[in-house]
Amino acid sequence: MRDNGDETTTIRTFHPESVDHLAPFDRLCLRLGSEEIQARSIKPSSLPPARLIEIEAADWGKAASIAQAEGWRWAGVFAEDRGADLTVNACLERQGVYLMFRAYLAPEKANLPSQAPYYWAADRSERHIQDLFGIRFEDHPDPRRWIRHQAWGEHSHPLRKDFRADGQAIEETPPDHDYPFLKAHGASVYEIPVGPVHAGIIEPGHFRFQAVGETVLHLEERLGYVHKGIEKIAEGRDPLGLARLAGRVSGDTTVGHAWAACMAMERAGGIEIPLRTAYLRGLLAERERVINHLWDLGSLCNDVGFAFGYYQFGRLREQWLRENQAEFGHRLLMDRIVPGGVTIDVPPEAAERMRHSVAILRRELDELLTILDANSSLEDRFLGAGCLSPELASALGALGFVGRASGQSFDARRDAPYSPYDRLQVRVPVESQGDVASRFWTRYKELRISLRLIREMLDGMPEGELSVPWYTPAEGAEGLAAVEGWRGEILCFVRFRADNKICRYWPRDPSVINWPALEKLMIGNIVPDFPVCNKSVNGSYSGHDL
Amino acid sequence: MAWLLAILQTLLFVGAAPLLAGWIKWIKCRLQNRKAPSLLQPYRELRKLYRKQPIMPYPASWIFRATPYIVFASTVLAAAFVPLVAVNLPTARIADVIVLVGFFALGRTFQVLAGMDIGTAFGGMGSSREMTISSLAEPAMLMAVFTLAMSAHTTNLSQAMNYVLDTGLVLRPSFVFAMGGLMLVAVAETGRIPVDNPATHLELTMIHEAMILEYSGRWLALIEWASQIKLMLYGVLIANIFFPWGIAQDFSLEALGFGAVVIGLKLSLLAMMLALSEALFAKMRIFRVQEYLSFAYLLSVLGMLSHIILEAARVHH
Repeated sequence: MRDNGDETTTIRTFHPESVDHLAPFDRLCLRLGSEEIQARSIKPSSLPPARLIEIEAADWGKAASIAQAEGWRWAGVFAEDRGADLTVNACLERQGVYLMFRAYLAPEKANLPSQAPYYWAADRSERHIQDLFGIRFEDHPDPRRWIRHQAWGEHSHPLRKDFRADGQAIEETPPDHDYPFLKAHGASVYEIPVGPVHAGIIEPGHFRFQAVGETVLHLEERLGYVHKGIEKIAEGRDPLGLARLAGRVSGDTTVGHAWAACMAMERAGGIEIPLRTAYLRGLLAERERVINHLWDLGSLCNDVGFAFGYYQFGRLREQWLRENQAEFGHRLLMDRIVPGGVTIDVPPEAAERMRHSVAILRRELDELLTILDANSSLEDRFLGAGCLSPELASALGALGFVGRASGQSFDARRDAPYSPYDRLQVRVPVESQGDVASRFWTRYKELRISLRLIREMLDGMPEGELSVPWYTPAEGAEGLAAVEGWRGEILCFVRFRADNKICRYWPRDPSVINWPALEKLMIGNIVPDFPVCNKSVNGSYSGHDL
Repeated sequence: MAWLLAILQTLLFVGAAPLLAGWIKWIKCRLQNRKAPSLLQPYRELRKLYRKQPIMPYPASWIFRATPYIVFASTVLAAAFVPLVAVNLPTARIADVIVLVGFFALGRTFQVLAGMDIGTAFGGMGSSREMTISSLAEPAMLMAVFTLAMSAHTTNLSQAMNYVLDTGLVLRPSFVFAMGGLMLVAVAETGRIPVDNPATHLELTMIHEAMILEYSGRWLALIEWASQIKLMLYGVLIANIFFPWGIAQDFSLEALGFGAVVIGLKLSLLAMMLALSEALFAKMRIFRVQEYLSFAYLLSVLGMLSHIILEAARVHH
């Protein structure tokens, strides 16, 4: 078929009793072979450290069912228009090993079996591809449009290469009307449409509730209102331009996405960054985590009308934002991470100042959390609200604090460590209650762990260069990176064109995986508890809509 | 002369209500370690809103248009009956506390209708919640009022205050219970934390704000102003019924001046208590409101019972 590696192996036999000792990846390969699936493990992988398996399009769904039975977590899917053919790539993970399934499709007859029947999380991502690439997923449980809304015609697919990058000039984008929401029938059932324009200044998203009295029977999300065409406008950018764009996928995760994009580009180009650079990137990422967790803890208080907590956490966050401005020149740390390095440095006296502010924050948090912990009216609102069972979280592959509050312990920093976390000990807090209180306290514990990591990175920061020179990667070079952002695992795929320009950029924000969890955890809750449940998940609209 | 005073007192009531709202906001800000806006900020906001053109939602009927005026007028009339600075004014004599509750009900009925008139999900939701809460709050309030009426042998507020003033400082268990009940009702009826959050932007959690979500411009100004008057009304009721000392009993200038200063102090003290409780508590889950108002009702009933058992008996012997 295609020559993606030097050597390929085809796998044939599988005896379940004899493979228990094998690593998950080898087990899966054997199992795929024994089930008569046309699969080829590409060695060496063109996406190190991730493994790559090419699969016949017809076996796409079956491969997912086997991977699911083998306990692999589904992490994302994207398509690529490679001119002669289209590829669909599904990313899975087990025990810190990343695996990419890849299938080739003919552009004129682009359909393949869906993986959504086996992996709930694949549902919307496949519809995203269906809308933007015109690839049809057979036996998809829910083939409605998703990201496209009605901005483009039914047969124009903006992520195909023949679609102009500057788009089509339309005077006015038509509203997304007639979207077939699920209807509930019954004497006392009523429907509440909320958004996309809200009473407060938040991102746009539409929520459709079916309720009886105040009890929610069903909640359906409708997203896509902040679709910016990130994937399309990334094409043709240089590495620096892509890093800047990645920093704007989701404004509150600018460090996470920029790091993921840079790591993917560096892997594509085979570029090793100096250790000091990795430490500095880690420092920025942990600061981003601290700041966002502070903000979420405060916002959770605000959503139950507890203004005291909101303003106290807001004040602490503001102090750290100001320190970001003073030490790194940007409150949200945008554009501090660049391909091959970082643009900032931490001289010893700055490190001393940051150690001091970590100590202050720890002291303030001790005081503040004692007050909150003793407040029974707050506890009454958080406990038992918005429960996500560990079974559902596991079926979804819920990420970050949403997963961890429901028993899912995956953390890329610990389980698939990258520099500098391979040199640090990352503790991961896990709870199993899965309610708003659990997500509140998981955030708090993560925050404390981040503060410790910041101390460790400041203390152990090695001397060295801040960046390395950039070499133009080979044509078609590809890279996959997984970085633990503050919301959870961020995935990023990058492929280069010949002239050091980007051919394909695919960022997968953890929100893409976590958004469906909100629909499930709202069932049986009361309508006025939605804001606090929503905030406890805090999906990014921008990161999802791309 | 007396009528002129009555009108002046009503004007003072209406004019000072935003100041009280500003004062509560000021204390809340300080309790949250924030810089507080000027005490006059509510006046500025009312002026800003008043200058703006109101927008009529497409499906709305005359009810939507009339409601701000009805709500404002009924609240101002209610304010006219409640002795603020002086008792024995002619306005207080022509209406009693049952009329007061009736005016509240009139304003609320129209506000609820206006919430449903526009046909949005939020308006209907807010109206339904408002009716749930008020149907629980009104009995508790009436029960507290009846306790007072049985002690004072009148439902007229002015006479009741005179009665309390005449009997002097006596500890009446019935009054303590009734005051507790009335304070809880006041928090619920004026849409404060922990029942409702007047500062929220979260449309799904709103009660009062959900009903008025579509109001803008001077209509919104009237409704906001009416809410501020209502808040002050409850404050004055609690302050002057249970602690009427200081209120002017004749119309001399010193007495009136002293009365104004004293009610100002009483209200600012009550405002501090309200702000403190708002800083200490998160908003309740909406179904907890029933328990909360049942508790208010229980307090009022206990007040009534303790009156019958302890105080009414004393009269006979």
